[in-house]
Amino acid sequence: MPLPADTDVSTPKYLRDKYAIVGIGETTYTRGSDKTTRALGTWALRNAAADAGIKTSDIDGMLSYSNNDSTSATFMAGDIGARLNFYMDCIGGGSSTEALIGIAIGVMEAGLCNCVALFRAMNGFSQVRIGGTGARSAVPINGDMLHNRAYGWQSAGQMFSPSFMRHMYEYGTTPEQVAMVKVVHSEHASNNPKAYYKKRYTVDDVLSSRIICKPLHLLDCCVETDNATAIIITRADRAKDMRHTPALIRGIVGRCNKPRMDMHYQTGPIDRVAGYYAKDILWPNAGVGPEDIDATGAYDAFTFTSMLQLEDYGFCKKGEGGDYVSSGITRLGGRRPNNTSGGHLCEGYTHGMNMVIENVRQLRHDIDDSCPMGPKGKRQHTYNYKEGGCRQVKDIEVTANLGWASPGTTSGMVMRRG
Amino acid sequence: MAIQGSYLGMSLTIDDLDKENLTYFRHCADHAFHLQKCDDCSLLRYPPTTGCPWCASPNATWTAVEGKGEVHSYEEVHQAIQPAFKGHTPYMVLLVDLDTQKGHPSDHEALRIVGNLTTSDGVLAPPELVRQVGIGTRVRMVFADVTDGLALPQWTIDTEMPQPANPWRYPQE
Repeated sequence: MPLPADTDVSTPKYLRDKYAIVGIGETTYTRGSDKTTRALGTWALRNAAADAGIKTSDIDGMLSYSNNDSTSATFMAGDIGARLNFYMDCIGGGSSTEALIGIAIGVMEAGLCNCVALFRAMNGFSQVRIGGTGARSAVPINGDMLHNRAYGWQSAGQMFSPSFMRHMYEYGTTPEQVAMVKVVHSEHASNNPKAYYKKRYTVDDVLSSRIICKPLHLLDCCVETDNATAIIITRADRAKDMRHTPALIRGIVGRCNKPRMDMHYQTGPIDRVAGYYAKDILWPNAGVGPEDIDATGAYDAFTFTSMLQLEDYGFCKKGEGGDYVSSGITRLGGRRPNNTSGGHLCEGYTHGMNMVIENVRQLRHDIDDSCPMGPKGKRQHTYNYKEGGCRQVKDIEVTANLGWASPGTTSGMVMRRG
Repeated sequence: MAIQGSYLGMSLTIDDLDKENLTYFRHCADHAFHLQKCDDCSLLRYPPTTGCPWCASPNATWTAVEGKGEVHSYEEVHQAIQPAFKGHTPYMVLLVDLDTQKGHPSDHEALRIVGNLTTSDGVLAPPELVRQVGIGTRVRMVFADVTDGLALPQWTIDTEMPQPANPWRYPQE
């Protein structure tokens, strides 16, 4: 007997505001954690549950991502006393956070579980170096890897640099403009007590730091740190009972790609990044456009990656990314601050999750800066962004995270204040 | 049969099942650059694949391709990550638009072949050569021999072609 179908699959199905991030958790951002990724991961998961105001045993779904440098959900779940109805450990780095939040929504929508925790645990400094140095740098080179590693073309910065260089050639983007990404993020980090690097840098500091891989100076590259981060996602109607104002998920695009992921440079223009394709999924799904966004979290593995993504997601015209990131727009106090935590360039490296966590706090209007505590245990924000001061964006309602795996792969997410 | 060799101290291996890479590098070992040409849409492709990225056909014929082109983009590595390159900095990784099939199937496409800048005998270029090369430099392919059945395609400045007066280089030297 045919089963009844009650869904018109030809109709676009938006899940705007139906799911929310209700809990966020972090370890310290450090070098030399002296802990396994299992210990770091359970630390962040416990913090996320406490932040949400739920018991860790209320978590019944778990997602994680890594490049075989973490601990599986199968070990984490027992350590926090959770019996899971769903879990999946995925391979991947940057761009995974938003994509896996999309998967979390999908499995909850399909009725597989009710409350999903997503974690990333890594010793990116003391074990598997994210910059590509250490034991992984000298592995035997086999098959398809001959087309890159045999040429000394293997770390993230090395793999991305042809796109960066071509952008400068094509549009006249200057090293000074790009350095402003680091300058601005370092200003933000100086107002973030958790940030690994809190020092403010100048354009001269960036340009006089040593060249790693032209066009990248040392200070164009992100930090390598040890840390874990976690996010708890559930249905918005359940979020009402939780501790904080929920960050409602408006729309997602997950691991959207340029053609030829095996070597995206075969299609052009090579200074185009995957945001060019992702924007046509993210903005319609979210029902908003770049002009509606109050703050961005554009992945800053390198100064250039923030700029290229802001450009191709449509925050400025193609080729004007250099102007955009050096205009003051992306600063705290500017029209649309980017990476108010200091991001990967300054706060710590998490493969993207700390930038989502930061925007969740922004949307709660409860950023963890040095502003004085008020009577209800909530900070009284001054909106004075001087060094060591406030980093809460005033009256913020809508944010966008733009995740990056490579020039060829991106994920994105729009959230709004619940 | 699998191939194993050593290049600059790096261990390079191609498994016996990896027919595409075995064939690609065997032609390079013969110093005759070949790429797969689709039997259905006639487009060439790089690097080796098991199907045509333009039309999805699994059928292709290895075809000789002239190793001449122009630097489309580059990077200059000053801090090597691969230990085998630590004694060779600064070295260049070039992305070269082959003249063959440039601008096809659309204006923005080209067969973009990776390689290091080398001297005309396939040895990694010294710093004074690195400084001469930028976007627009005309280059020709040479081969760095590794072992029987395996050589790496590399790029050297094409002295027989007119060169741009000032190839584009990163502004900070």
